[in-house]
Amino acid sequence: MSTVPAIQQTGKSDGHVNGHDGKITAFFTDSTLCIGCKACEVACKEWNQISEDGYQWSSFSYDNTMAVGHSTWRHVKFVETPTTVGLGGNAAGELQGWGFSSDVCKHCEQAGCLEACPTGAIVRMEFGAVFVQPDVCNGCSYCVVSCPFGVVEKNPEDGRAFKCTFCSDRQKAGLKPACAQACPTESIKFGEISELRAEAHDRLEQLKARGVDDAVIYDPVDTSVKGIHAFFLVRGDPRAYNLPPEPEIPTIYQKKAWKSAAVAAGAMLGATLLAFLGENRR
Amino acid sequence: MSRVPLPEIPARTPDRESEKRLSEIRREALRRGAVNAPGVTPVGAPFPKASASTGYYGIPMLKEPQWTKEVPLYFFVGGAAGAAAVVASAASLLTDDRALVRDARLVAAAGGIISPALLISDLGVPSRFLNMLRVFKLQSPMSVGAWTLAAFGTFSGAAAFANLAREHVGDVLPVRLLENLSGVLASATGTVLSTYTGVLIGATAIPVWNDHVVTLPHHFAASGVNSAVSILELLGHDDSRALHLLGIAASAFEVYEGIEVESKRNIVNEPLHKGLSGAMVRAGGILSGPVPLALRVGALMTGNEKMRRVACWSSMIGSLLTRFGWVQAGHASARDHRVPLKLSEAQEVRKSSQELAA
Repeated sequence: MSTVPAIQQTGKSDGHVNGHDGKITAFFTDSTLCIGCKACEVACKEWNQISEDGYQWSSFSYDNTMAVGHSTWRHVKFVETPTTVGLGGNAAGELQGWGFSSDVCKHCEQAGCLEACPTGAIVRMEFGAVFVQPDVCNGCSYCVVSCPFGVVEKNPEDGRAFKCTFCSDRQKAGLKPACAQACPTESIKFGEISELRAEAHDRLEQLKARGVDDAVIYDPVDTSVKGIHAFFLVRGDPRAYNLPPEPEIPTIYQKKAWKSAAVAAGAMLGATLLAFLGENRR
Repeated sequence: MSRVPLPEIPARTPDRESEKRLSEIRREALRRGAVNAPGVTPVGAPFPKASASTGYYGIPMLKEPQWTKEVPLYFFVGGAAGAAAVVASAASLLTDDRALVRDARLVAAAGGIISPALLISDLGVPSRFLNMLRVFKLQSPMSVGAWTLAAFGTFSGAAAFANLAREHVGDVLPVRLLENLSGVLASATGTVLSTYTGVLIGATAIPVWNDHVVTLPHHFAASGVNSAVSILELLGHDDSRALHLLGIAASAFEVYEGIEVESKRNIVNEPLHKGLSGAMVRAGGILSGPVPLALRVGALMTGNEKMRRVACWSSMIGSLLTRFGWVQAGHASARDHRVPLKLSEAQEVRKSSQELAA
């Protein structure tokens, strides 16, 4: 701890929360401020030294990254609303719309990946982040099928699972996550979770007052995920941004499943014993 | 990202058609000064859209399972081995068929050795398997499974060892005690081994697995019993009436499971009815349900041993196909963005876009 204070102080003088003051942190991504510059993606890749993710054109939008994955921890989504072909005009309703939103691991309050991890590699950090310890992960890829947001992914070359670390290393040193630091429009906000939630609601009110009545906050607190540490403000239906309306943590199905397994195990045992009961001792 | 599968682009309109239509539009514009009809449909149209009714360009919201082929193979081997351990204990408790007990113990022990080998192969780096055993986490079916497998491997191995030792050193009490005790423990862990794989894939975010979270443990247990019985019969125990009856019971239950899977038809279960995964699940269901049931009942009535052998092979291939089919269905389900996004009107959208293309 003796080497940390210098940096920690810088963090505090910046007015940012840091990993040492016991606060729970969060991201608030305000897509109405996003300009689609992808500085967050680049900053994330640089800081975390993530490998390249191929050069493939999506062929239907300017978004050629397409989804978060093992080599993409921040991803700017481009929701392009084209004009109707052949009926294009200059009326407001006919103009092309272009929405951007920077996607990231949601760091769920009840995280499917964390609960599914058999090695204990996925842990909860003191500031609320869901973190995959790369030295413990063994690449069983069970977290991949347990994430209701399709975030965590196994790197096929390395054989272990990777996702956003919430820049746990930076937060420990009192710094903002790299993406929030790099964002030129403060679309990605980072701070204490309840303060940020309040800020999100203020922003929503502000937008509504300006006549932006289709803005919504995406933070599924009413589902079994119990809210997320990276919530979003988007315009229109969040489903256009591949944000599921009812994300569920798979753990809630376990009770039913184990009960069924117990019945099946009993039936297996009973049927076998019954079958051999009829056998004559020779 | 190179690893995200691109959404399918519906039937393309040939360039020539668009060019022809453009010429028509130009002519009409020249002649009348205005064109009221819609224009051309560009090549590749309709393009994937990002909207409330289509999701994000149809890009899958969930990640596909990343298990290698070894994992469904393990589901088969582990399931059969677990059931074989139960058969061994039941036979040793209730019959004097020493040969059947020995072979069942050996099948269980062989499964107990092959299963971890398959899982280790899936992980890529062998030493990483040990990380599974650094914690026991009841919350994680994968952890429960790893520990069950470790325990099953130990007990089934000990039981098989004691059984072989009994033949060499004679029927001494400590050896008999070791065999029976480890045999009982192997069958207890064996029942978990045969059923937990259903919990493992059922309690995930993959919609089609999740939807069958109650069915899968039963289904996999019946499948495991079916293949264990078949393996033992093919190893020469085709005179055992008990195995025959057990085979009939398992096949009959598989018939019921098949009907259950077939009768549930909705957007979530599409991968069980359509495409490669649908064909695999269906073929697996037929080969492990009605086919062996009919053959076994036929064999019972006519005494035709050949029919029984065919039923055994059918059950085993069916069980193997079932496991691979269900994993394949998980892939197809993860690729379908409509289910997790609850795009109820998705069908309609697809239909209207096809009309637009035509």
